[in-house]
Amino acid sequence: MCGIVGLFLKDKALEPKLGAMLSEMLVSLSDRGPDSAGIAIYGAATGNEAKITVQSPKADRDFRGLDAELAKAIGAPVSVAVNSTHAVIRTTPDKVDAAREALQTLRPDIRIMGAGEAVEIYKEVGLPETVVDRFHVRSMTGTHGIGHTRMATESAVTTMGAHPFSTGADQCLVHNGSLSNHNNVRRELIRDGMKFETENDTEVAAAYLSNRMAHGKNLGEALEGTLSDLDGFFTFVVGTKNGFGVVRDPIACKPAVMAETDQYVAFGSEYRALTKLPGIDNARVWEPEPATVYFWEH
Amino acid sequence: MPATPMSKAEREQGDARVFDLSLHSLRELNQALHKLTPGSNETAWEVLNPKGSHSVAVGVDQPVSIDVRGSVGYYCAGMNDGAAITVHGSAGPGVGENMMSGSIVIKGDASQYAGATGRGGLLVIEGNASSRCGISMKGIDIVVHGNIGHMSAFMAQSGNLVVLGDAGDALGDSIYEARLFVRGKVESLGADCIAKEMRPEHIELLQGLLDKAGVTGVKASEFKRYGSARKLYNFNIDNADAY
Repeated sequence: MCGIVGLFLKDKALEPKLGAMLSEMLVSLSDRGPDSAGIAIYGAATGNEAKITVQSPKADRDFRGLDAELAKAIGAPVSVAVNSTHAVIRTTPDKVDAAREALQTLRPDIRIMGAGEAVEIYKEVGLPETVVDRFHVRSMTGTHGIGHTRMATESAVTTMGAHPFSTGADQCLVHNGSLSNHNNVRRELIRDGMKFETENDTEVAAAYLSNRMAHGKNLGEALEGTLSDLDGFFTFVVGTKNGFGVVRDPIACKPAVMAETDQYVAFGSEYRALTKLPGIDNARVWEPEPATVYFWEH
Repeated sequence: MPATPMSKAEREQGDARVFDLSLHSLRELNQALHKLTPGSNETAWEVLNPKGSHSVAVGVDQPVSIDVRGSVGYYCAGMNDGAAITVHGSAGPGVGENMMSGSIVIKGDASQYAGATGRGGLLVIEGNASSRCGISMKGIDIVVHGNIGHMSAFMAQSGNLVVLGDAGDALGDSIYEARLFVRGKVESLGADCIAKEMRPEHIELLQGLLDKAGVTGVKASEFKRYGSARKLYNFNIDNADAY
């Protein structure tokens, strides 16, 4: 089943509350998927700093002394902010690839959740409530974010199988549905140089979008491509550095509700997820059309 | 169920039994509705704070009136048998699924498969209905003031679907004997669904449905009728090679 949410703020005054609002939305959909939950939260990009969100099953061991070792390996300043099983590594934007490579040898058990100038990604096995508490998501600030609560169908219930999936800088995706041609698409993308961490169908959708955007398409065009190239059921919500997009497959049996006010654009698998947003009673509420791409950018 | 203290809203409502879903569980509401017996004096109900809850007022089988103040989630008023249920908001997927009799009015929009498999009664959607409206309908009457989405009336067996706005792709695919009346444009017709002549008996039937649904200012003659070409009813021996 799965539950997905997205929130794109237009009103800067709400930015300090982004984490709290997104958490509330996700927790309200807990019964759509109790297996695992995750959230991607976008802060303002400064242009002179890059963030890599990493996860380790042995956080105590892996994150200790990592800042100094990584700084030495890549020859640039590094800071590491630990948050439960995750940590956000900050360095200069030109050193991201070097840092990814160095991490493979310095800390082979570390998994990269995502990287970019704006995004931080937190995901774990467990109920949304447990996951947002574990990472203190309610106190996070930002401009936009997406979240997912998972009922697994296509791959195992693991941290790496949880959503959001990120396969490109500041790009991530959450998915309600299941893809039937993901193995074929994965093979084609691997041939084009994309790398995969899991057997999961949603990771293929995320990589597909990243690949299209790497080939010069914008978010809207990349989302348009999913309608012809991906087979299966999907409602996707996608985050980029400054935007947020939604697309549903032409059959559109996976539910979706959107709301817009002067302050925000919100997405929920169900209306329940939106009921606590400010001004919802007077918001424009609608169901996104099948096979139609929606996106908003700052 | 335990006695519910009378709220301020309840006192103002006179005789209506007010049920606030922010104070009581959905199960308490539905159990109270299921306990109603013929001749009960509790004929008017009001449900507050539904906030997208699932299965609000499903399986009611007594002729009571229920006003739901706000939007509901999945399966509201499913299997309704005789109640008059009004949702003062929008409805999630599967509203009025398998209705037997009575009426359901949605003041806002309805999500997918509204009125699916409905066997009787009247479902009125004052906003738009999304995909698969009236799928496999078996005798229900559905009146939509706005538009309906794709694959509506798929395999519709009997009953009437009236749409004041437009219909999406593949209307009436594999339809049996249901009648479809659409005032606006139809994106495309599904397999074996064709436009049909509006004869006087259809005008009369449609006018009756519009009146029953409280539609004013719209003439039955503004609609087109669609129904089954009945080409899928029997196997065509010329297609034997395909199997």
